[in-house]
Formats: sequence, C-alpha cells, structure tokens
Amino acid sequence: MIGSSRYWREVPQRYRYEAAKCTKCGKIFFPPRLVCNGCRSREFETVTLAQEGVLETFTVIRVAPTGFGDETPYAVGIIKLDDGVRITSQVVDCDVEKLNIGDRLRLEFRKVQEDGESGVICYGYKFVPAN
Amino acid sequence: MRDVAVIGIGMNRWGELWEKSHRQIWTEAALEAIDDAGVDHVDAMFVGCMSGGLFMGQEHLGAMLADQLGMGPIPGTRVESACASGGLAFRQAYLSVASGMHDIVLASGLEKMTDVDGGAATYALSTAADQEYECFHGITFPGLYAMMARAHMAKYGTTEEQLAAVAVKNHENGSKNPLAQFPMKVTAEQVMNSVLVADPLRILHCSPITDGAAAGILVPLDMAKKMSDKPLVKVAASAQASDSIALHDREEITWIGSTAKAAEDAYKQAGCTPKEISFCEVHDCFTIAEIMVTEALGFFDRGQGGKAAESGETALGGTIPINPSGGLKSKGHPVGATGVAQIRELVMQLRGECGERQVKDAVRGMSQNMGGTGASTAVHILERV
Repeated sequence: MIGSSRYWREVPQRYRYEAAKCTKCGKIFFPPRLVCNGCRSREFETVTLAQEGVLETFTVIRVAPTGFGDETPYAVGIIKLDDGVRITSQVVDCDVEKLNIGDRLRLEFRKVQEDGESGVICYGYKFVPAN
Repeated sequence: MRDVAVIGIGMNRWGELWEKSHRQIWTEAALEAIDDAGVDHVDAMFVGCMSGGLFMGQEHLGAMLADQLGMGPIPGTRVESACASGGLAFRQAYLSVASGMHDIVLASGLEKMTDVDGGAATYALSTAADQEYECFHGITFPGLYAMMARAHMAKYGTTEEQLAAVAVKNHENGSKNPLAQFPMKVTAEQVMNSVLVADPLRILHCSPITDGAAAGILVPLDMAKKMSDKPLVKVAASAQASDSIALHDREEITWIGSTAKAAEDAYKQAGCTPKEISFCEVHDCFTIAEIMVTEALGFFDRGQGGKAAESGETALGGTIPINPSGGLKSKGHPVGATGVAQIRELVMQLRGECGERQVKDAVRGMSQNMGGTGASTAVHILERV
C-alpha cells in the first residue's frame, strides 16, 4: 500500500492528470519523465491528459490483491487516450461481462483504494463508458 | 573474451519446502553443482534472487550464501531482475569467466516463497510491475498476462484451446521430470474448466508458488577440456535486453520486444538461426507467455504460436520441443531460480542425461528467462562441443 508522502507526491498525476509533452518531437509521457525515449530531448511542457479514449485490452480480476478483495469481480484495462497516451486503469459503472475491446471510455475522478496501511484514502482516475 | 563451458549442474526437488530454510535449499543445489563439476573450490559466486526481502525478510544474500558454502572470502554477488534474476545471474557468471576475471564461478538462483502467505507472495511478485501506475489500480500479474492474452486472441484469433494446449504439453513433459513440483498430467478440459483468476486466464494457465534453487559451475572451455570427463557443453551466446516496465508503455501489447532483441543478439553471437536450435526452455509463467515468446524467438511467425502449440510442433518429438523440463508450469517457478534451472535442463539435454524426456539429437539448446511482463529478458544458447 501507499504511504502518505508518496501519495502526496503523486497528486499532480492522480488529481490533475498532468503529463509531460516533449517540446522537440511532441511525444507525451504519463507520468512525466526527464528524458524523451523517442528523441532523447530533455525539454518538456506540462499538459493535461486527454479525457477520453478507447479500450485496447482488459481483464476481469477474480482473485484480487490486498485492498481490492471487496471489489471482485472488477475490470482493469489499458486505455489508449485520444492524445496517444496509454494508461492502465479500472473500468467501472459497466457490466464487466459486456465490455469489449474498442469500447469508448471517459476518465472520471474516483476513489481508487478504500484505505492504505497508512490510513490514506487514495483518489485518482477510473474510466467509465463514454456514452 | 574466452570461450566458457558449464561443467557442473545442481538442483533439488522443488515444491513447498516448509521443512527447509533458504540456506539449506540453496546450499544443497550449489554443492551438487560443485560435486558434478568435480572442483574443490570456486573463485566467485552469483545468486539470482528476486525478493529475499519481501519473501523472507532477508537481504544481503551474496555474502550470506558465500559463507554457507564454506568459501567465506570469495566475492558473493546477488543479482536481481524480477523473474529473470536467475538468467541474469548466469550471465554475470558467464561474463566474469569470459572476461578472464575469474576461472571457476558458481552461477545460482534461489527463491523461498512459502514462508509468507498467498497475499504477501502475490504482493512481492507484483513489485515486478509498475507499482505507481499499474498495481495502484488493482491489477495483478495474472491480470497483466490476461490483458496480453486477450489482445493476442483479438488480434490473431488465438483460442482458449490453444492456451490450454500449452499447459497440457508442459505437464506431460513435467510428468517425466523427477524434480518437478506438479508432475501430474492435465487434460485440456481440466484446464478450461479450472477456476478463473483473471479473464481469460484460469488457475491452470498459471505457474505456481515454489521454493527451490538451482546452480551451475562455469569455467573456461580450455580448462574444461582438461578437467571434465562428461560431454562438454559450451556457452555459445549470452544476451540480455530491456523494455518498459509498464505493459501500457510498450509499442505493442502482443509482442515481447525484449525477448525478440535478446534473441536477435544471441543468434548473431552463436552464428545460427532459429531452425538450428534443437529445443528451447522458455519462461511460461502463464500459458500465453509461452505462445508469445515462441513467436519473439523466431520459431513461429507473429500470431502463430498458439496454433503451433495446438498442433504438437512444440511437443517432445515436435519440430522444436519447447520446455522439455515441464517449464515453469509443471516444474515450478521459484522466481530467482528459474533461469538457472533452465540452464541445468539445457546441460542435461545436451549431455543426453534426460531419460524419458530426452530430446533426440540435441546439439544446441536455448533458454529464455524474462522479468515482469517482459521488461527484461536473458537468452542463452548452449552447444555440445
């Protein structure tokens, strides 16, 4: 589970979806990096992630890790956002048996983990059907 | 660089070894390798271990195990690259002999996974993925490979029957391996009706939690010729490559780039093609992994790995036998030990010591050991001299 200092440090990504865009080649990194793995440039500008995308693949977790046991079965997928960034996230507010690759999804701000060992309630992004 | 031979191997029965500590498990395997090689000392040792800290609350294994071996002052180095720790430990041992730094070197791997409960073991394994951007969202290792499987099925038409064929074949091979943790045979029906862990992967698609160790002794080939009366096995290639730790950062979810790159380098070093490999031990942590790895190693075209498994091409007696040892699936998967146990199987096969599971006319064997969802890969090619 996540300690409070680590969680606080991650707030710009978890709450504000801040990514880094390479000013030389335009590639976007989430989370931000110090070196572009495309062109090795070290110059970036801060951008906000696109809020919609397409489900590229997913699974339904039946055996959950510690902290997620009450939520099974739940879907986790890899979503390709409209700005080209791929991220891993839960997909909620849907029937997990009816999810399909190619589904259009929208990012929402949600509670991700009920309670870490440090007592921190962790918020962040989850995805829901776009329509 | 000097040519290097593997002249000794060791491994004990794998499983839930509650009665044995990691010291005992590791030392038994190491001593067997030393006795098999017929040497009275080693100049240095490497041990691959993914997470002594999380599985046993014990780090600092290099020094600890060098001492257990009774060879106190020798350099003892622990190597970590998640589930590829063993393959990388072997590679470090190879490099230290090839470079001329040391003459007699012990390569080994160890994992003691059953001292903690299932939840803690699952957590320890999950640290091979991106904690902040994958695991934070509740994904597990079976879940990550399940996402690879679903993408592969959607893109290439890989079926559940093809996934099951990998498990059936590896348990068939493992039933002929006296050291395997789960030597029982399974049917495709049993695999496809076993409990779902992370759709579409079921429990019988997954490798188990295992305690175990494995070891090998490496020396310069010229020295081996003078000291060993067993068939000589030399290291023809040792390659390693990396990729992003997070699956979502890969160019393609259905392609294991680090394995493809390491294999390309290994074929170049050995001066051979995939068709000239007699058999291969691959990292089948999940059935889909074996399918994707056999494609990345160049044995089959992209998307054809599932069909090849189903048609028997990868069985003992097939065009390219994959995992004659039973693989991680049946033999077990003490993560840090796996890469070294693969080398042991290569040496045994090339010496012709495998009995019922012996690959006919085995002259060149390959091993592929990977960490996480393929963020790191070690590929080795061994040849009978």
